[in-house]
Amino acid sequence: MSLTDELDQTMASGVDLRAMLDPAASGEVRRIMQICNACRYCEGFCAVFPAMERRRLFTDGDVSYLANLCHNCGACYHACQYAPPHEFAVNVPVSMAAARASSYAAYAWPGPLAHLFHRNGMVVSIIIALGLGLTVGLMLAMISPDLFWGVHIGAGAFYQVMPHTIMAAIPLGITAFAILAMVMGWRRYWQHTGAVWGGWRSVGDAVAAVAAMRHLGGETAAGWRGGGGCHTADDRSSNARRIYHQLTMYGFLLCFASTSVGTLYHYAFGWEAPYGLLSLPVILGTVGGVILCVGTAGLLVEKRRMNPAVRYETAGGMDNAFIVILFLVSFTGLLLLAVRSTSMMGLTLAIHLGFVYSFFLIMPYSKFVHGLYRFAALLASASESRRIQ
Amino acid sequence: MCHAAISEPVWDVIVIGGGNAGVCAAIAAAERDCSVLVIEAAPADMRGGNTRHTRNLRAMHDAPTDVLTDRYSFEEYWDDLMRVTKGVTNNDLAELTLRGSAALTAWLGARGVRFQAALSGTLNLGRTNAFFLGGGRAMLNALCRHAETVGVQFIYDAEVDDVQLTDGFCEGIVVNWNDRRLTLSCKQLVTAAGGFEANLDWLAEGWGDAAKNFLVRGTPYNKGKILRSLLDHGAKPVGALDQCHAVAIDARAPKYDGGIASRLDAVPFAVVLNKDADRFYDEGEDFWPKRYAIWGRLVAGQPDQIAYAIIDSQGVNRFMPSVFTPIVDDTIEGLAEQLGLPPDATRSTIDAYNAACPAGQIDQSILDGKSTKGLTPEKTNWSAPISTPPFYGYPLRPGITFTYMGVAVNERAQILMADGRPFANMFAAGEIMAGNILGQGYLAGIGMTIGGVFGRIAGEEAARVLNR
Repeated sequence: MSLTDELDQTMASGVDLRAMLDPAASGEVRRIMQICNACRYCEGFCAVFPAMERRRLFTDGDVSYLANLCHNCGACYHACQYAPPHEFAVNVPVSMAAARASSYAAYAWPGPLAHLFHRNGMVVSIIIALGLGLTVGLMLAMISPDLFWGVHIGAGAFYQVMPHTIMAAIPLGITAFAILAMVMGWRRYWQHTGAVWGGWRSVGDAVAAVAAMRHLGGETAAGWRGGGGCHTADDRSSNARRIYHQLTMYGFLLCFASTSVGTLYHYAFGWEAPYGLLSLPVILGTVGGVILCVGTAGLLVEKRRMNPAVRYETAGGMDNAFIVILFLVSFTGLLLLAVRSTSMMGLTLAIHLGFVYSFFLIMPYSKFVHGLYRFAALLASASESRRIQ
Repeated sequence: MCHAAISEPVWDVIVIGGGNAGVCAAIAAAERDCSVLVIEAAPADMRGGNTRHTRNLRAMHDAPTDVLTDRYSFEEYWDDLMRVTKGVTNNDLAELTLRGSAALTAWLGARGVRFQAALSGTLNLGRTNAFFLGGGRAMLNALCRHAETVGVQFIYDAEVDDVQLTDGFCEGIVVNWNDRRLTLSCKQLVTAAGGFEANLDWLAEGWGDAAKNFLVRGTPYNKGKILRSLLDHGAKPVGALDQCHAVAIDARAPKYDGGIASRLDAVPFAVVLNKDADRFYDEGEDFWPKRYAIWGRLVAGQPDQIAYAIIDSQGVNRFMPSVFTPIVDDTIEGLAEQLGLPPDATRSTIDAYNAACPAGQIDQSILDGKSTKGLTPEKTNWSAPISTPPFYGYPLRPGITFTYMGVAVNERAQILMADGRPFANMFAAGEIMAGNILGQGYLAGIGMTIGGVFGRIAGEEAARVLNR
């Protein structure tokens, strides 16, 4: 089926994804939710349990909604009187993680590319290798080795090794595709889960929840700040994962802002990169790059420390692949800043761009989509709560 | 999890039982510089007795707090307790419990226990009860963490075999741990080892053969071994053998450890039949939170200790979903057959009930007075015909949470001998002495209050005897 066929079909007929979640994964969530809904002790922890209480039966769409609402903080596992070795064997975080991973593939657009999720680590590695090879190759093909290995200083220096039109055209094409793919994925998610638009105030709620990761560890009498974070290593809660996640997210957003400002400079003002050390794009990019490096490195460490009981290893290493490529994007960006006045600029630029292009290419088929569906779930949850109030 | 070797030749305080009461006692003693060992019968994953199944504690307060709304005065709390126990209580110890409850949430909060914000809670108990964030197991995890930071040592999977007494003075205990039989010496002993609800033979002494059909909602580790040992050593018993917290739960629940999820809230909107398809009690007598605790005894009084709640498609969504899917059929006879009820008798009981129902819609938000006319017994509220298929059925059994018979204590939590004098160095807290306060009936959340208040007292008094 071609891309346009698939697009037409999705647009025309709505989505029937009932059979698309892994039946074992969604069945386990359904089994566990029936137990949790008769207990409800965890209702103070996060948005998952109030959302569960608003339902008695759990369709695959509900399973996907709850799974994407779950932040895998582990609080409910350590609190659970029915966790193994109890015969009910309730493990909410792991069952949700399995269903969540399955939902990413279910909503992937175009459908055939859903397979990219199944061996994600390998796919990501291959795409990075190809991206790097192509970028370096392209540059070498377009310009002479003298220029590639030359020292370039001043406005337009980067474009001595790769013309701006090409440097910008590649990501523009990739980004346009990634955005289309993610919009389609979001659409499928929204229809499948039966989410309902709850107005702009719900958007505010969802943004606030994301901005502070407020659903980690529970809203207490001390307010959500009393939540205490994730139960990463054991039954004690820690804010380490929350902090590293937020460094990653804000670091990424700052880098994105840096690129956007740079684009504006180039097209609106005709100012060509590289920009001065105290210019807005460089400051945003440097700060963003540093905290993105720290955040991703921290997340990798926290992932290793995670209690095996609540850790779900995605088939094919999707989580690690995503964190590593984010780290490499930011690290090579910082490296480029460091070596941009030397003869290593050409090679470093090529490597950095290779990572950047690869990142955007795999975006719709990587862990990146967790942000998309988590936000959609938070939005739906905020809408539901507001309607009940 | 702390599995340190047992390091002390003589412990200042040994606590038997690692639930709420035991850990509160351990903390209170360790904070007064006592060396403390907690001996828990369950493996670490299943530790804490019935604390893991609890959700809240009941606390008096004269003004709103961060975890409790409005006001719950001593007088109101006292009246509530007198109503459920019908006065079968030790007034001094009851007053001590209620007054001690006022400081309990702050004391626990300062030791890492987190409470839900005051306004939430599904049972509308936010005024009288403080809810642990994540329930009793999360509460206990926090408490054990704190206990470890103040130096308390824990051993798990360790069953105390005997308490060694010489002339009424406890020298130590014998414990089976790690395939070894150890004798441990202590200066003070706190027994917080729970009741005997998981000991069906002992239950049978109070309930007869009916006990074998009971399901035990609580922990399977409360076999009453320590209680038996104390009584054998001359401790004064308190409470009747058959008094307990028992509710009607889904008969398909596990034999042990089913906890809260085995609860079934269908009764007020159902008709409940015994195995002969006869009704035996007014299902709509009062709101369910005020009546659920009597239904364990009601079902226990029926032949074979089994009953069946039958409801139709109009009623099935009126109560909280339960963990077991109801048995469903398009006809009453078919449902009866599936449940193992006599189909014709079931049909005629339902027909008679339907004919006695008043006209009009029921209103579950109030005592709506929609009573049947001419039945024995009547159903006095929420009587709606069971007539819209499909029909649903839930089997019910008595589910026992904890027993009340225990050892008598004084206001210092010292265990009393048969003649009323206290043992010099033995204390009790929690279920093992709850019968001093709960002679009968139950008040939601008071079990944890008794455990917390007397756990603290036991730990503090044990330390005080040692001049700490």
